[in-house]
Amino acid sequence: MQVTRNRSFSANAMYRTRTRIGNTLLFLFTAFLALGFMFPFLWGISSSLKTGFEVLSYPPSLLPKVPQWYNYVEAWTSADLGRFFWNSTVVTGVSLIGQVASSFIVAYGFSRFRFPGRDMLFILCLSGLMMPVYVTIIPLFTMFIALGWINTFRPLIVPTYFGSAFAIFLLRQFIMSIPTELDESALIDGASRWTILIRIIMPNCQPALATVAIVGFMSSWNAFLGPLIFLDSVKKYTLPLGLWFLKGTIDDVFPRDHLLMAGAMITTLPVLIIFFFAQNYFIKGIVMSGIKG
Amino acid sequence: MATRGSTTSSPATRLPFARTVRGRMSAARRREALQGYLYISPWIVGYLLFVAGPLFASLYYSFTYYPFLANPSWIGLQNYATAFFKDRIFWLSVWRTVLWAITTVPLGIAGSFFAALLLNRSIRLKTVWRVLFFLPSLTPEVAAALLWMWILQPDIGVVNSTLKAWFGINGPQWFASPSSAFPSLVIISLWTGIGSIRMLIFLAGLQGVPQELYDASMVDGVNWWQKIRHVTLPMISPTILLNLVLGIIGSLQVFGLAFVTTAGGPAYATYFFALHLYQTTFRSFDMGYGSALAWFLFTVILVLTLVQISFSRRWVYYAGDAGN
Repeated sequence: MQVTRNRSFSANAMYRTRTRIGNTLLFLFTAFLALGFMFPFLWGISSSLKTGFEVLSYPPSLLPKVPQWYNYVEAWTSADLGRFFWNSTVVTGVSLIGQVASSFIVAYGFSRFRFPGRDMLFILCLSGLMMPVYVTIIPLFTMFIALGWINTFRPLIVPTYFGSAFAIFLLRQFIMSIPTELDESALIDGASRWTILIRIIMPNCQPALATVAIVGFMSSWNAFLGPLIFLDSVKKYTLPLGLWFLKGTIDDVFPRDHLLMAGAMITTLPVLIIFFFAQNYFIKGIVMSGIKG
Repeated sequence: MATRGSTTSSPATRLPFARTVRGRMSAARRREALQGYLYISPWIVGYLLFVAGPLFASLYYSFTYYPFLANPSWIGLQNYATAFFKDRIFWLSVWRTVLWAITTVPLGIAGSFFAALLLNRSIRLKTVWRVLFFLPSLTPEVAAALLWMWILQPDIGVVNSTLKAWFGINGPQWFASPSSAFPSLVIISLWTGIGSIRMLIFLAGLQGVPQELYDASMVDGVNWWQKIRHVTLPMISPTILLNLVLGIIGSLQVFGLAFVTTAGGPAYATYFFALHLYQTTFRSFDMGYGSALAWFLFTVILVLTLVQISFSRRWVYYAGDAGN
């Protein structure tokens, strides 16, 4: 009896030591991977703070000798990133409001009303997720030419005011997880459907709304193909397009790689800031909407 | 695919007076239906104007000769015939794109899955690691492309200079050589793709696997791989299907990364289908041919998606709704 207990005790202790070593290894492995994922950013930041000649030196130094914060000012002004930043802000801001509001209203219609053809229409809506952009972009291009919208922000903004398939889908899933009892008692109290949407559904939908807003922000801020096709003059370029343009102006005579890195950071930073503020909502929104297949 | 557990049974169907007049809607229900249509009307209008209309227009264009600023003239199947039998760049770009899909999709999904598996364990600073893994996917495509072009710069880039200094190896030319340009793009795609929303969806899926199943498998004395193979994978197979379907749809449309870094070169090594489509439509302004290319892509995506969904019955396991 005594012997067996002892043996099981030592096995237990061994098991515990083994898991402790395992956990430490796991921790180190994860930290190593995370550092690997972060490296391109860190290298980009370091390069963006070097002088134009330091950045081209071989072998490259890990850190700039003296951080050149002025590079960011130069990128902002002389490389015109300030203008591109403003263009991106206008396009993203204006289209985001429309996209979130309209998708929310449409998702409410799909989830809280019964009408003939509803499920078929919803499948039609989902089919939009599968459709490659290229299959509609050519007629849209000719349509926007006919409307005189080329080289304005309208082709990038107006379509978002009719909802996005992904946002409608996510919000609908989320609204359906809210119990209908609240709606019903409000209806009996004489509340209108619109009041229910604003007073009951909206406060309960915040994680999903935040998720949709972040995804919408990212797709608008990062958009490349649309601006490339619909914008002609460099003055109207959004940030991603502006960066691409800046890359094209670099030659061996006039090294501007440090400015390009500063530009990449300027383009990325707003996305990171918004994510940091909304990350709790965002992860909750993905988890709670029950996207799993 | 993602619509399971849809239609709510609304309370009105349970009310005794819901169907007083057979075959006709009651006034209340008609009112509800009208309101429903009203609420979804923005989407209906948008769908007709920006999706359905252009969709059929481009189908029509694909049967026409349609140079920029002229009227389309009907030429039947000629565009498709040109693509399949004459345009050698067409098949080249199709092949590049297929290669892209079969490398980036499985690697990306496996990467996201293992990252989620790792981050689902109880490690110290778990939330910090999650955010750090996720950050690359937030990087705008153009910014990611520029960062990596800089890192993989053949002469003074950090990777090649480190290879040289530490191991004495002359690194590859990365984006500048036909043999390494494609793998370089795969690296960027994995960097932005592994920690992405796909990983979050996997994390959500993993948290939905009941602990009892793991406990039961512990009793059976299985090792970690058997646990993954026989418990985790079947339980999250719907998530894998969703990621597979979305991953393939996305990968076949790859454009921005290649356009910014290599513009399809060198020697067409990264000339993906969408680049061919772009060149045809917006550089040569052959919009009829471009539409035919777009419809070819759309058809391929449609067929692949349907095939995946019908094959999924063999390997996807839905807990709780077997008969669905």
